[in-house]
Amino acid sequence: MSQRQIARFTVNGKAHEAAVEPRTTLADCLRHDLKLTGTHVGCEHGVCGACTVIADGEAVRSCLMFAVQADGMDITTVEGLSEGDQLSPLQASFRKHHAVQCGFCTAGILTTAHVLLTEEPDADADRIREVLSGNICRCTGYVQIIDAVLDARAAYKAKDAR
Amino acid sequence: MKAASFEYVRPDRLERAIAFLTEHGDEAKVIAGGQSLVPMLAFRLTAPRFLVDIGRISELRRVAIDAGGIRLGALARWRDIERNEELHRAHPLLVEAIRHVAHYQIRNRGTVGGSLAHADPAAEMPGIAITCEAKIVVAGRQGQRVIPAANFFTGPLTTVLQPDELIVEVRLPSWRSGRRWAFEEFARRRGDFALAGIALFYDTENGKACDARVGAVGVADTPVRLPAVEATINGNTITENVICAAGAAAFDSVDPPDDIHAPGDYRRALLQVLTERALSSAAQPGRGDNV
Amino acid sequence: MSPARNVYVGQEIERTEDFRFLTGRGTFVDDYEPAGLLHAAILRSAVPHGRIVGIDAAAALRMPGVYAVICARDIGPTIPRIPIRLAPIAGLEKYLQPVIAVDKVRYVGEPLAVIVADSRALAEDAAAKIAVTIEPLSPLSDWRTAETDATLLFEENGTNVATRYTVGFGDTDAAFAGADYTRREFFRAHRHTAVPMETRGVVAEWDAAAGRLIVNGATKVTFFNRRALAAMMQMPESAIDLMELDVGGGFGVRGEFYPEDFLIPFAARKLGRPIKWIEDRLEHMQATNHSREIDCELEIACRRDGTIIGLRGKIFGDMGAYTRTNSGVVPAKAAQFLHGPYRIPTIKIEVSAFMTSKTPVGTYRAPGRFESNFFRERLIDMAARDLRLDPVAIRRKNLVAVGEMPYSIGRLVPYEAETAYDSGDYQAALDKCLEAFGWEEKAKLQGRLIDGRYHGVGVACFVESGGAGPRENVRMTLERDGHIAVAVGSSVLGQGLETVFAQIAADAMSLPMETFRVSHGSTTIVDEGFGTYHSRAVVMGGSAVLDGSKNLLAAIRTAAAGQLRCSEGDVTLEDGAARGFGGSTLSFAQIADAAGPLSVNGTFANTKRTYSYGAHAAHVAVDARVGHVEILDYVAVEDVGRAINPALVHGQTFGAVVQGLGGVFLDHIIYDADAQLLNASLADYLLPTASDFPNVRGVTMELHRSPSNPLGAKGAGEGGMVAVAATAGNAVAAALTAFNAEPKELPLSPPRLWRLIHQPS
Repeated sequence: MSQRQIARFTVNGKAHEAAVEPRTTLADCLRHDLKLTGTHVGCEHGVCGACTVIADGEAVRSCLMFAVQADGMDITTVEGLSEGDQLSPLQASFRKHHAVQCGFCTAGILTTAHVLLTEEPDADADRIREVLSGNICRCTGYVQIIDAVLDARAAYKAKDAR
Repeated sequence: MKAASFEYVRPDRLERAIAFLTEHGDEAKVIAGGQSLVPMLAFRLTAPRFLVDIGRISELRRVAIDAGGIRLGALARWRDIERNEELHRAHPLLVEAIRHVAHYQIRNRGTVGGSLAHADPAAEMPGIAITCEAKIVVAGRQGQRVIPAANFFTGPLTTVLQPDELIVEVRLPSWRSGRRWAFEEFARRRGDFALAGIALFYDTENGKACDARVGAVGVADTPVRLPAVEATINGNTITENVICAAGAAAFDSVDPPDDIHAPGDYRRALLQVLTERALSSAAQPGRGDNV
Repeated sequence: MSPARNVYVGQEIERTEDFRFLTGRGTFVDDYEPAGLLHAAILRSAVPHGRIVGIDAAAALRMPGVYAVICARDIGPTIPRIPIRLAPIAGLEKYLQPVIAVDKVRYVGEPLAVIVADSRALAEDAAAKIAVTIEPLSPLSDWRTAETDATLLFEENGTNVATRYTVGFGDTDAAFAGADYTRREFFRAHRHTAVPMETRGVVAEWDAAAGRLIVNGATKVTFFNRRALAAMMQMPESAIDLMELDVGGGFGVRGEFYPEDFLIPFAARKLGRPIKWIEDRLEHMQATNHSREIDCELEIACRRDGTIIGLRGKIFGDMGAYTRTNSGVVPAKAAQFLHGPYRIPTIKIEVSAFMTSKTPVGTYRAPGRFESNFFRERLIDMAARDLRLDPVAIRRKNLVAVGEMPYSIGRLVPYEAETAYDSGDYQAALDKCLEAFGWEEKAKLQGRLIDGRYHGVGVACFVESGGAGPRENVRMTLERDGHIAVAVGSSVLGQGLETVFAQIAADAMSLPMETFRVSHGSTTIVDEGFGTYHSRAVVMGGSAVLDGSKNLLAAIRTAAAGQLRCSEGDVTLEDGAARGFGGSTLSFAQIADAAGPLSVNGTFANTKRTYSYGAHAAHVAVDARVGHVEILDYVAVEDVGRAINPALVHGQTFGAVVQGLGGVFLDHIIYDADAQLLNASLADYLLPTASDFPNVRGVTMELHRSPSNPLGAKGAGEGGMVAVAATAGNAVAAALTAFNAEPKELPLSPPRLWRLIHQPS
């Protein structure tokens, strides 16, 4: 076992320091060192997308990054997408469209969709499907998820317009 | 699927990275985006003693376009290429091929250098490098050397990179105006590795095709140029017969291995179809107006 | 007793559970971390069949931070075997799996040792240092090899043929002898499986002082599992709690009793420390139940006008290396559901189950049905073509009619009694499907080459059983603050039952939904539960909630009468309050506050299955040069009797159809001739993504309620899956009429379809 190193990064606006083995993934660090268990691990080899977080404004697979690589980065997890108990417009749209079943893939899809709509509030169904094809869901068959993301665009356009 | 232990170093300058690799290269692996390497670590297919993270060496991130051609720094990400408006005009084939790479999240981290060093036989970037006769600039303890793409890939997941070396940049020749081009691949799902893929372009002189370059991925141990297909194109106007001949030449050029995703005879037939479709698409009016 | 009103039932109520999932506050098993936790990894066989010569863990045990390496010898002289839960077919019980490999290994992935360490990473480091010596024996990679008995997986049993039996009724010999038309074909369904997004996991805690074992990560059939674990640990059931947390999908494969469900609790008790084991994805592909690998020789006999007069054939089930808790279900139900929604005067099916040196088999959504509907519906389409009949017309001719309900299909399963389709209008479902799909218009494209692709439309009809008995229980408690706790024995794996059960209770008690807090699955919350499988949760659990609601109202009435000092007959219950003679009222909260929490049981018992039914239609475009199929439109119609929450039923339909299409075109567990598993990763085992099958539509009918439960519901979790291979297969066949290519084997992956088109045998 190699020496622990200190990884320093911000998560959901709060500064954190974690003493981790270099081989600890960002996903495992978030979940077990920082106790932010909203990000889930589905495959550990970068295919399923359940572990997606936002790092410096970009959606990334946290199982494909080591925590030490995230040093100095600004991370947002699913826990950072809502204010207190209030669902964000994207989250509310998911609820409205029944886009959640078991909930295991949901965090990764929310973070991905949030970045997508922030950058492309006009994304159409094809673009949304293209982007979300990197997030696997076994329960929903995706139809209601796409509907939810489409419906949430209005909120991002309003943000954009301000 | 936790990786075996390693020590982690993150040099902030190229010279420091090379110095470290010079000393420890045999026991080290270089990590940039990690999108190909980290899964291998997770499956314990590789267990290096050192992981050398070059991700913060900013000089490796540059993208430069000038009359001499295009220079992509090793750390240029798929995302960077996709969002570079100038590149869309300066090298439409590169940009089109990159559209097929992986998924949104991976494209935010995956790099040009990483893809070339990983050398998956079905990957798009090595295929573009081969087809466009790119030059891969490599730095090591003996300084820099420039390696033609044709000499870079030696087998599946194998390149000529020495333990003390890392890729610094890849240089693509400038794209001629009026050039006709196409990229076609077939994958099981969007973003999957191609079962086969083809990149091709040709220029025209007096209405006839010339200087054709054709390269394929997914059909051999490395990406391959298809000179026999180029020969069916050069000197001709692209007719149905030429398209047929090109496809047949592609079929005859390769002997793909069987694997769990497809048997060799399927991949070969697939390559023939993709070649026909690519050439047909390249010959469409409007295809040469990108530059 | 039906719910008193329909404010919630039948409405697309947004889910209560969504709040925690959307904000990242769910608690899945890996989120649970009691103090002092240690971590386990499982060392698994890399050899498919062999004799264990030695396991040397000395080097591993020397590593700092490694606490134990547990093998068979450390467990005891007798290694427990995992019992059968369902489908006890004579013969299968001789092939039960020991919780850890003893003298032989029989599949790649079989547990050899449990390593316990400070971290999972360290446990894996230690596993890599364990020296395992196995003397390889011949692998059994397919049932034909197994059937020869040249190499025996279980020497003591003398054969690899676990069971062989015949079911049927009527005189098939006569029917076939005298038939105008017969056709016999050989079909194959391939090995694939459910792959829920969350892998399995167990956290076991041993409370030495109290002699109690608490296990988190249980689901599906927690009460059965507790009974099994208690026997294996030689403890009373009452000393074991199996706790259900949030569960990331199951689809049949999660929740059954697996080796780790003993090994981790055993290790926790042995070490006196809480231990967590989370299955990684590589392990999952090797260790969690596989399914669907069924071959079928099927023969149909018809009159010239397309009337089916008989069906006969053979089912060959590849069971993997051991009989798992419900493995008999797969081949048995494949045989039973060959009958389908049709009038079949005589049927005879021989069923054989073979043990091979591959991962053991269990149930996956619509087990046996996905396969057998493919076999039968393909054969019906072939017969239709031969007889020059329209595929819709031949089905209409043979579908069981409304007037024939209940329609007995006899006893086609050796461990079940005779069964009958309870209610339904199969023609109406087919009509609805064709109309929603636009069959008349789309059928004009049949076989045509348009823009380089061949178009085809296909249809399939199905029945699906649900609501398996015998019973389900609920405990409902009116708390002092007016909330009502609803504890059900049903398990929740993502289907939204917390919302559905609240809807049912809210209407039954005329209260707002927010009044109810639903808990589920854990053995601590009801005395006896039966769980979630075979699409039974709404039928059985929901009906139990109805009963519990009725009982709670009665208890409230009694308590209110006492507090209002009047007779029970003078008490009116309305809007969460009780009003007595003379107009004085007490809210339910006040009643509970005075009397203490009021707790009642509810139950529902039923041995009659419900039968949902429907039809699917698909429009495909096939790029024949490449073997790629695009689904241009897919319509799934199912009559579920009663949809408590139509949006949730829709979600089940979409999910099941997309999963099913994956099972036709993408999913494939690949073994080589040496029984080595070749694609144990999600990079190589292909699951459908958002861009693969975007054109799926679902129509939920509530035409014929089930007469067998007070809700009138038929199960709805699996019907969407049943007909997918059949429908897609028929559409692809229709597209490829120019090539005379009849898909008879799954998967219809591009290379295999290409071969079918270009190199027909």
